[in-house]
Amino acid sequence: MASDLRLVEAVKATLGEEMARDDSVVLYGEDVGVAGGVFRATDGLLDEFPNRVYDSPLGESGIVGTGVGLAAAGMRPVAEIQFQSFLYQGFAQLQQHAARLRSRSRGGFACPMTIRTPYGGGIHALEHHSESFEAGFAHVPGLKVVIPSSPADGKGLLAASIRDPDPVVFMEPTRLYRSLRESVPDGDHVVPLGEATVAEEGADVTVVAWGSMLQRTLSAVDDVDADVEVVDPRTIYPLDTDTITESVKKTGRCVVVHEAPGTAGFGAEIVSRLTETAFYHLEAPPERVTGYDVPVPMFAREDAYLPDEERIAAGIRRAVEA
Amino acid sequence: MPRTTIAEFSVESLEILAPDGSVDEELEPSLSEETLFDIYRTMRRARRLDERAVALQRRGELGTYAPGVGQEAAQVASAAALAEDDWVVPAFREQAALLTRGASMENVLAYAMGLEEGAESSAEDRALPPAIPVGSQALHAVGIGWAQAIRDEDAAAIAYFGDGATSTGDVYEALNSAGAYGAHTVFLCQNNQYAISTPRENQTRAETLAQKAVAAGIDGIQVDGNDALAVYEATRLALERAREGDPVLVEALTYRRSMHTTSDDPRKYREEEEEVDWDRRDPIARFEAYLRGRGILTDERVEELAAEIEAELEDAIAAAKGTAAEADPADMFEYAYAETPPWLKRQAAAFEGGEADGE
Ligand SMILES: Cc1ncc(C[n+]2csc(CCOP(=O)(O)OP(=O)(O)O)c2C)c(N)n1
Repeated sequence: MASDLRLVEAVKATLGEEMARDDSVVLYGEDVGVAGGVFRATDGLLDEFPNRVYDSPLGESGIVGTGVGLAAAGMRPVAEIQFQSFLYQGFAQLQQHAARLRSRSRGGFACPMTIRTPYGGGIHALEHHSESFEAGFAHVPGLKVVIPSSPADGKGLLAASIRDPDPVVFMEPTRLYRSLRESVPDGDHVVPLGEATVAEEGADVTVVAWGSMLQRTLSAVDDVDADVEVVDPRTIYPLDTDTITESVKKTGRCVVVHEAPGTAGFGAEIVSRLTETAFYHLEAPPERVTGYDVPVPMFAREDAYLPDEERIAAGIRRAVEA
Repeated sequence: MPRTTIAEFSVESLEILAPDGSVDEELEPSLSEETLFDIYRTMRRARRLDERAVALQRRGELGTYAPGVGQEAAQVASAAALAEDDWVVPAFREQAALLTRGASMENVLAYAMGLEEGAESSAEDRALPPAIPVGSQALHAVGIGWAQAIRDEDAAAIAYFGDGATSTGDVYEALNSAGAYGAHTVFLCQNNQYAISTPRENQTRAETLAQKAVAAGIDGIQVDGNDALAVYEATRLALERAREGDPVLVEALTYRRSMHTTSDDPRKYREEEEEVDWDRRDPIARFEAYLRGRGILTDERVEELAAEIEAELEDAIAAAKGTAAEADPADMFEYAYAETPPWLKRQAAAFEGGEADGE
């Protein structure tokens, strides 16, 4: 059985199912209880699980840091950070403690914490509400970084993240929360972390895209006169290098699309890995289509910042024609 | 429109044992002779461990080390008040508290030799590894104490931090969150008067650090941190309250008698006069005078103990060196994730094979 769901509904359903499955899962964050979260991703869960959903005090370092303690004491904390930008306030706890607890205690402690956070632009939000820092989180050894780009994967990847023994930053593309509906399996549906998926098969060029850029890429390929293969990594770390490599070995060409700034963005890591794993198969220089190296502008200029179908199509053409 | 006082606060201070070893019998906790001797013994062990560690560091055998000389009562007596299943969440100067909880000298030395082995711990130990980022660990103690509240369990967690840490956002978030969640958490602030070179007066304009609890809506109390009986009693009462969901901040007034760490020179920022003054208030000498007064300690017992401690130290040094000699560098790949991800496995394989990075 399956239901037609939006991403935000898939997230909510998964949270409820995981809480029902495992008593040690607790949910907390700013406004996640009575109000059900600013995006309503936790709406109704407080009623369903009265003693396991908490409106936390406002303070992201506190949210991440108390999660480390909860996890050390045997709970499975699932925290919401209201917007990814404000996870910078909790970054020290994430980098210095959550990510290192296992190493520092030589495996004695684990930190099976999931930090869910809406991220990315495209919803005309306030300043500081549109960032995408996946590369920064991926740069922290000990963390896993997961980005779903569809409701079904949202469910499967979130279930896997909550069950994962390591800390996971689970980034939910705000632009996809309500813009897309698809059939989502009911009941247990787990998408393993670290496995990319081929969203569209093709022979001429590989495009790697995630989050809200995946949908844009899928519509951009219609405007390109080439047989495009689209790979969605789904997990930023650990990255499924093999699937991307296999695809590029087949097509000989590669484009990476992401909305974060290009410099030191995760596209740089992907291209770098490909030079290690598929260099002699490359028939053209890899292309990157990304956000610009500027602070994400306020919403009047946001459309100019985010890669759109036109820029993505142009990037693909450059790769194909090179 | 009236202007009225709508809230007033006060901060209590607790002293039981005077510097000359005399005691306020009305406040004296009823502790068994065995417990009293254990507290004394652990303070002595911690002092010698710190002294030896500094000497070993000077000979190049240890890395940077943060001695807690002078703070033994604040650490040992507070940790002695914990029940077996209570949790300890240390900063980086808490050798004495950890020894009280059963950690070995070997582990302390191994950690100072740069070996994760020294911080190896698990939920069974009821202690987290040392925390280097100042103040950060207070939040972990809140998480642990909150978990006890959620599960309706009796255990509590004690967080150790210094006077400097009270200026960090994390400590404020911790005090505040503990109150909001009714976490089973006690905050043990060791006000040892300096954060590296910065004196307590430059740290905050607040008159006491205990009053930092007020804004969080939890209780705060100041205690003579060189008075083992007062520290014990204040912590015991705080733990009792914490188990009921009322977290408490205890400010233990003490003094860091040696350097901040082995790479610090306190002569640059403090006067000898002040140091001498605090030497007279030494927590171990004071407690020893009390125990001698009660007939629990004799010259003979003190000598015996000193010999036991030296033997324990020699064994611990040898054991830590043994761990260092056997330390496998490939170990660093072992614990980063529950299951090593493929790309990391490749790095580990390249390392083991002595190959260049990559394929
Ligand atoms: C977040 C952070 N900032 C700076 C440092 C460097 N540092 C180490 S100890 C210390 C002073 C700490 O003072 P206090 O909290 O009073 O503890 P004490 O050292 O006196 O035990 C500083 C600034 C650090 N470890 N962490």
